[in-house]
Amino acid sequence: MGANQKAEQEGWADIVVRILKRNDIDLITYVPDNVLRPLIDAVTDDPYFTVISPAREEEAVAIVAGAYMGGRKGVTLMQTSGFATIPNALASLACPFQLPIVMFISERGVIGEFQQGQAMVCRTMRPVLQSLGIEHFAIQDKSQVEFVVEGMIKQAFATQAPAAIILSPLLTKRPH
Amino acid sequence: MSVSETQKSRSTAKVMNRSALTRRLVAKLKNDEAVIGGIGNSNFDLWASGQRPQNFYMLGSMGLASSIALGVAVAQPKRQVFALDGDGSILMQLGSFGTVATVAPDNLCIVIWDNSLYQITGSQKTLTSTGVDLVGVAQGAGLMQSDWAQDEEHFDALVEKALHMDGPRLIGVRIDGEKPAGTTERDPVKIRLNFMNGLGA
Repeated sequence: MGANQKAEQEGWADIVVRILKRNDIDLITYVPDNVLRPLIDAVTDDPYFTVISPAREEEAVAIVAGAYMGGRKGVTLMQTSGFATIPNALASLACPFQLPIVMFISERGVIGEFQQGQAMVCRTMRPVLQSLGIEHFAIQDKSQVEFVVEGMIKQAFATQAPAAIILSPLLTKRPH
Repeated sequence: MSVSETQKSRSTAKVMNRSALTRRLVAKLKNDEAVIGGIGNSNFDLWASGQRPQNFYMLGSMGLASSIALGVAVAQPKRQVFALDGDGSILMQLGSFGTVATVAPDNLCIVIWDNSLYQITGSQKTLTSTGVDLVGVAQGAGLMQSDWAQDEEHFDALVEKALHMDGPRLIGVRIDGEKPAGTTERDPVKIRLNFMNGLGA
């Protein structure tokens, strides 16, 4: 199988797993979301990763923060509504202590949302990210995954800054 | 010990002093153990006990001392890690007991200073004043090795067990409302870099 063929068969989650490994990231914390399921399943089934599923997103952020200070690289996965529960942890832990907390956020609330609460909470996400000066980018197409995820992870760790990799429904729901 | 094992509870525990017990704990640390000091008085007394490079002082993110400590414990499984937090703080993150119990690191010990007060904001009462038993909550969450320290000697013995990495372990300590013995210097990046150097990370 040629490299191009292989890339076509890989789902977005497979690409993310490959990039995590390439960057020596072997700790995953998450609060589940249906959209994140392919990524959660992939890391859970792969013994390379230590996977922790705490009760709240704040815990997920704090565990990755502690692990980083102990010399181990991790990322955290959550949904838009989960992101809305962590601004305090970002503003008082990740940002001032300059910790590279890389968040994968599955974006709910846009392009076909059926829950008003999800639509409203989603509108708080970018203003929070902007006001805290946190790098963020919404991936809309599978062809962007490799470049954006790799680049944002590298930048987060090189600059000791948190980052939000937003997974748009254009990536996760639209047939590719 | 005047009380039998089965009768040891919050109500039989002696009310002790956070500054004194923090110093007692730190004096036992001979192997560069990591200590995460929770927001406010928990880390003020840790600071006042001597600024070990393996100490991390939280400046906010109330309730997350145990979760940060869990991350350190997972990253460095050969190093014993302590989290020191107050009752008001941990009441915000009771789910973290379940997370620690599930991950079950043998090198993590959570110490909860319980004076039933939000001491730093004017000594308003916390829920432990009306019956929430944090050791009971921890046990219910699966942290079976959770005890109320009955007195200073018992505290020493429980810390000694933790130092043998028999965790996860939780030690509940009833404390008075005395002020902390110092105030942490609030420079987050300096705190992080010192801590990471102290952990060799």
